[in-house]
Amino acid sequence: MTTLIVLSALGLVCLFSEILGFRKLLHPIVLIGLLASFVTNLMDWNNGAHLFNEMVVIDNYSVAFMGLMIGITFIWCLMSPDFFTEPSSETDHFALIVFALIGTMVMVTFANMIMLFLGIEILSIALYILAGSHKTKLSSNEAALKYFLMGSFATGFLLFGIALIYGATGSFNLAAISSMISEHHEQNSVMIVAGILMMMIALAFKVSAAPFHFWAPDVYQGAPTVITAFMSTVVKTAAFAAFYRLFIHTFSASPAIWAPTLMIISGLTILVGNITAVYQTNFKRMLAYSSISHAGYMVLAILAMNQSASSSLMFYATAYSISSITAFAILLLVSHQTGSDEIRSFNGLAKQNPFLSAVTLVAMLSLAGIPPTAGFFAKYYIFSAAIQNGYLGLVLIAILGSLIGVFYYFRIIIALFKSESEEKEIKVNTLFRVLLLVTSLAALALGIAPGMLAGLI
Amino acid sequence: MENVTRVIQLIPLNYYILLSTLLFCIGVIGVLFRRNAIVIFMCIELMLNAVNLLLAAFSSYRSDASGQVFVFFIMAVAAAEVAVGLAILTMIYRNTGSVDIDHLNKLKW
Repeated sequence: MTTLIVLSALGLVCLFSEILGFRKLLHPIVLIGLLASFVTNLMDWNNGAHLFNEMVVIDNYSVAFMGLMIGITFIWCLMSPDFFTEPSSETDHFALIVFALIGTMVMVTFANMIMLFLGIEILSIALYILAGSHKTKLSSNEAALKYFLMGSFATGFLLFGIALIYGATGSFNLAAISSMISEHHEQNSVMIVAGILMMMIALAFKVSAAPFHFWAPDVYQGAPTVITAFMSTVVKTAAFAAFYRLFIHTFSASPAIWAPTLMIISGLTILVGNITAVYQTNFKRMLAYSSISHAGYMVLAILAMNQSASSSLMFYATAYSISSITAFAILLLVSHQTGSDEIRSFNGLAKQNPFLSAVTLVAMLSLAGIPPTAGFFAKYYIFSAAIQNGYLGLVLIAILGSLIGVFYYFRIIIALFKSESEEKEIKVNTLFRVLLLVTSLAALALGIAPGMLAGLI
Repeated sequence: MENVTRVIQLIPLNYYILLSTLLFCIGVIGVLFRRNAIVIFMCIELMLNAVNLLLAAFSSYRSDASGQVFVFFIMAVAAAEVAVGLAILTMIYRNTGSVDIDHLNKLKW
């Protein structure tokens, strides 16, 4: 709980820094604040609590996810100083990022539908603004509008689902709903079924699972690259943590209602995401489709519904976020200096800048799920958890999907080693060098010694 | 308060559910088929208000105040959302001179 208070105070400090005139110091202040919240978060480990009249519950699951998201945001803040140097909106950007992070914290600690709704909205409203933060660029405007319309449309579904479940069970409390659903299997079943399915649709929208993924490629491509990096790592992790928490803790009593539909969603997401990614020539859009396909794999963890599922989801989210943030940092460097985010601009990078291409190699291998990187064990844990629960067919589809995935990730690697070079050297400053080194080493370390995280929660 | 609850309960609960579902569907259809961004906003508001009506009805039938408290949360959040949405729309109008979403096709769907 201290974590939330620290972060909220940090957000307010960001807003006030404009008036009180310490804008220049804000970047270090935010980094220190994030570190402080990371530490206070760690203090809640094995020290769970139910707070605010069962509104918020802190357990190891939420501490692990909060730690992951604060850590990724920390790396993210370091890698995007450019985004924060526009003098007109610097403080707003910091404040919005911190508030978005608060939204994600609420989304992983909720024990009540009200908190779920508030968390999703605190996160989304900040992101609508951030997606449109290139005010004069039409593609950014378009991304913001599409994100806003799709996001609030999904919120409508979420709320209708919550209302129907409230009507059937008479409570917003997850534990009460869960016991009501398991006690009265037959009563009010239409309302419960409709409610659960509508909430599932809304959350599938938020995690960009097919067939509700259409907004994602456009928004990811149109938004500023740093914001896309934030959305595809922190936001996706938070959405999955909330999805998992809701379905495992509340609706697990009646999997017959939602498991078949979720199975179709998972298979479809994996296939659609991977196959469409093959056809992309734009690196940013390709990463967007790749993040859609990764959503499909993470849905498998929700279907698995067993003891190992939560830690495998955690491991997958960590592996995916680390590799993804590396890929986006590289994209940021390349697109900033070549002026384009097409795959073409990676041509001949291996000769010009061996360090950058080695880092790209690790990130791509990890996203594709090839040993010895984190991505391999992430997929392995999720697949084995799903097989334990009898989803062999779906896992076969997922493996087929990752084979297709290897194809397009290798297109980037092949581009690195192409001889035709655009004769423009890409410089990497020391900060980025250290950051990229750290994230790549983390991806390799998790691939070599997965036991560090695997049995954590 | 007692009085209001009694008045609400004069109409059977099913009627409320049907009405809200109908309003919600009108909102969904509006979002899917209208082309003017402001009308789409209004349809989203219609969806949210259908939910509010449903929550208020359930809450008074179950004599449980938490449903009505949720309505307040929804209204507050919807207001914040609309503020942001209209700001985005103003930004787009400045750049393109239109609020027709068909004009926004720089990114392929």
